[in-house]
Amino acid sequence: MFVRLVYESFRRQKRRKFLAGIAITLGVAVATAMIAVATDIGDKISRELRSYGANLLVTPQDDTLDLQIGGVDLKPPSDGAYLNEADLPKIRGTFWHHNIVGFAPMLPVNVEVQAEGRAADLTLLGTYFAKPLTFGKENFVTGVKITHPWWKVQGAWPDDNSQDVVLGENLASKLDRKAGDQIEIAGTAHRISGILSTGGAEDGQIVAPLSLAQQILGTPGAVRRLYVSAMTKPEDALARRDPKTMNPELFDRWYCSPYVQSIAYQLQEVIPHSHAEQIRQVAQNEGTVLSRIKGLMLLVTLAALIASALAVSAAMATAIFERRSEVGLMKALGGGGAAIASLFLAEAALLALLGGVAGFAAGALLARVIGRSIFNSSITIDPVLFPFILAMAVVVTFAGSALAIRRAVKLDPVYALRGEA
Amino acid sequence: MRAVAESSSRRAGAPHPSMFLRMLVRATVLRRGRAASALLAMVVAAAVATTMLNLYVDMQTKLRKEFRNYGANVVVVAKEGQDLPGDALARVQSVLGGRGLAVPFAYVVARTAAGHPVVVAGTDLEQVRKLDGWWSVTAWPSASNDALIGNRAVALASPEGKPFELSFQGRNVELNQAGVLRTGASEDSRVYISLQDFESWTGVLPSTIEIAAAGSPEEINGIVEKLTRTLPSAQVQPVRQVMEGEARVLGKTRDTMLAASALIILTAALCVLSTLMGWVFDRRRDFAIMKALGASERLISGFFAAEAAVLGAAGALLGFAVGVGVAAWIGRVNFHAPVVPRLNVLPIILVGSVAVALISAALPMWLLQRVQPAVILRGE
Repeated sequence: MFVRLVYESFRRQKRRKFLAGIAITLGVAVATAMIAVATDIGDKISRELRSYGANLLVTPQDDTLDLQIGGVDLKPPSDGAYLNEADLPKIRGTFWHHNIVGFAPMLPVNVEVQAEGRAADLTLLGTYFAKPLTFGKENFVTGVKITHPWWKVQGAWPDDNSQDVVLGENLASKLDRKAGDQIEIAGTAHRISGILSTGGAEDGQIVAPLSLAQQILGTPGAVRRLYVSAMTKPEDALARRDPKTMNPELFDRWYCSPYVQSIAYQLQEVIPHSHAEQIRQVAQNEGTVLSRIKGLMLLVTLAALIASALAVSAAMATAIFERRSEVGLMKALGGGGAAIASLFLAEAALLALLGGVAGFAAGALLARVIGRSIFNSSITIDPVLFPFILAMAVVVTFAGSALAIRRAVKLDPVYALRGEA
Repeated sequence: MRAVAESSSRRAGAPHPSMFLRMLVRATVLRRGRAASALLAMVVAAAVATTMLNLYVDMQTKLRKEFRNYGANVVVVAKEGQDLPGDALARVQSVLGGRGLAVPFAYVVARTAAGHPVVVAGTDLEQVRKLDGWWSVTAWPSASNDALIGNRAVALASPEGKPFELSFQGRNVELNQAGVLRTGASEDSRVYISLQDFESWTGVLPSTIEIAAAGSPEEINGIVEKLTRTLPSAQVQPVRQVMEGEARVLGKTRDTMLAASALIILTAALCVLSTLMGWVFDRRRDFAIMKALGASERLISGFFAAEAAVLGAAGALLGFAVGVGVAAWIGRVNFHAPVVPRLNVLPIILVGSVAVALISAALPMWLLQRVQPAVILRGE
């Protein structure tokens, strides 16, 4: 009898059930999408924050002091130690290699350039632009295009295996060269494939493939500095501790967290004779910005959950309020309060489950659309959320129905049947 | 029944012109419960919408402030072979008009007692502390001839923390190590001293001014243009790394907030729609009685519309007040600064609420108009 009542109720009141079902579906969809976005936003913004460039700098351990003013290196090129280029692909073998977005080696050398009939001393910076590398079976591409996304080239980027160069825009206008021209560097002519604009010291330099700089320097495999761009976890008390003072258990936890400090430690492990240090300007501020945005999205998600809970409750309350004459009829026929309430709650639960499933699917789709259109990468939804969302839908639907059911049951059936509630 | 009897007995003696108003008031008073739940839905929706709009508008200013922690976004450098004019800093400050920081830097390559070259920078250390909040410093210099030594320069300059000597073009200076500086970049290889000490020792004037200008990209570009005009001997460059990173992250966050706001406001509007539709539908007997008593459809529609509009407006005002409070709270919790209430959001909320209320009333009205009053009165 109970099942039949519920079944008939659904069969005969298709429009009403449909409306209530839609309200639940929409509410659940918005809640699901917002939870998915809020849980994934940290990762997505972390990736966007990588547009600030490298947050780790690896230098040779026994390097002499940098003599840099305004980005111009005053140190004689023969001075100081080098890293070995052959060690670089090993970065892909570190514990947190998935968090390492890219790296770019730098090798500044002083060159003599023939321009306007006279020789000028300039800095030539050797680097990777978008160099394909192999580590084990893995192929990947890395270079300044990834680690320094604000570098813009008018014309074309040089190929990493070519002898082409790009000129910084200030230098290009001083020497009156444009993309496609030739420039004589250290006695040989090179093609200028494009004009580089960085807003930094490189605007007054020549930037070339690393192999060309090594060739000019006469030291194959030499790298002066290595910039690494990694996605990190905001620093906390554990991150700041000195790994030497930790017990093995704590050390494991520290080592296996993507703190900028532990990634620096792992970089030193794979690159011999190196010193890795966080670039505090980038690394420190990342954490604050990230936590602010995450906090904001969390609070907004809370607002979304409240709004959708209220929407579902209101829809359920309205739906039950409209059926008070039905309640009156049942009571007149001898139905007890508990029996009537359980009938309505069963209907609500069924609606909540149907709406919850449909809403979860719609919400997952919505999250995907948001991810695709804003971050160009899909927001995946954790299946663990499904039972949680479903339970929440049932609870909210019950809460919305409960008050309305109580009032409907309490009402004298005479009033209800005469339609004077 | 009680309700109808009461209202009809009073209706007999009512003056005609205020009848419309009276009906409105009585409708609300007599069906307190339903009216209250409809109003509540309205208030919640308006509050949520106000919160989201306030946050959306204010978020950019708040986040921009966070992004200023990345340091300078504009750099003024003397052109090759030229000096910055003596009043360069004053000129920069007048262009900024208090909306940002400007810090001068002067550099030389000095030699240690053992003859190693080291870059020494003179600057306004108080200002640097504000500009470059990420500098990790053990102790900031306070006295004259105190120096801040980069982490990598310590070994060369003053390994035991003792006073040390530097020479530049034959002039010597004795400095005390006040603290050690760590940044992970080229600052680690330098020695920082105050500008006064630097100038009296080397006689070299600042060659660089780093500026952290507040504002939107357009405002900053305006500042760059103005600076280029006021300082013809200098090169004024926006720091693309900082500017572009900020624009990107801010843009993505704004888009996400916009999507979230749209979803939340839509849900809130649906909540209002379903509650109000129920409310109007519930009163189909009033509708039928009015119609049976000879009221024109226009009058009835006007009556229901006015009711909805009043409800919408009242809900919007109350909701606005609540929403401003919630936004301020979120601002305090997340940004440690309250979100300033935006009064220009109010008209949007007001118009939106009234529009949603009118639509919610119009839909059931349209359904009811097609039904004969007799059918409704017979309870079918």
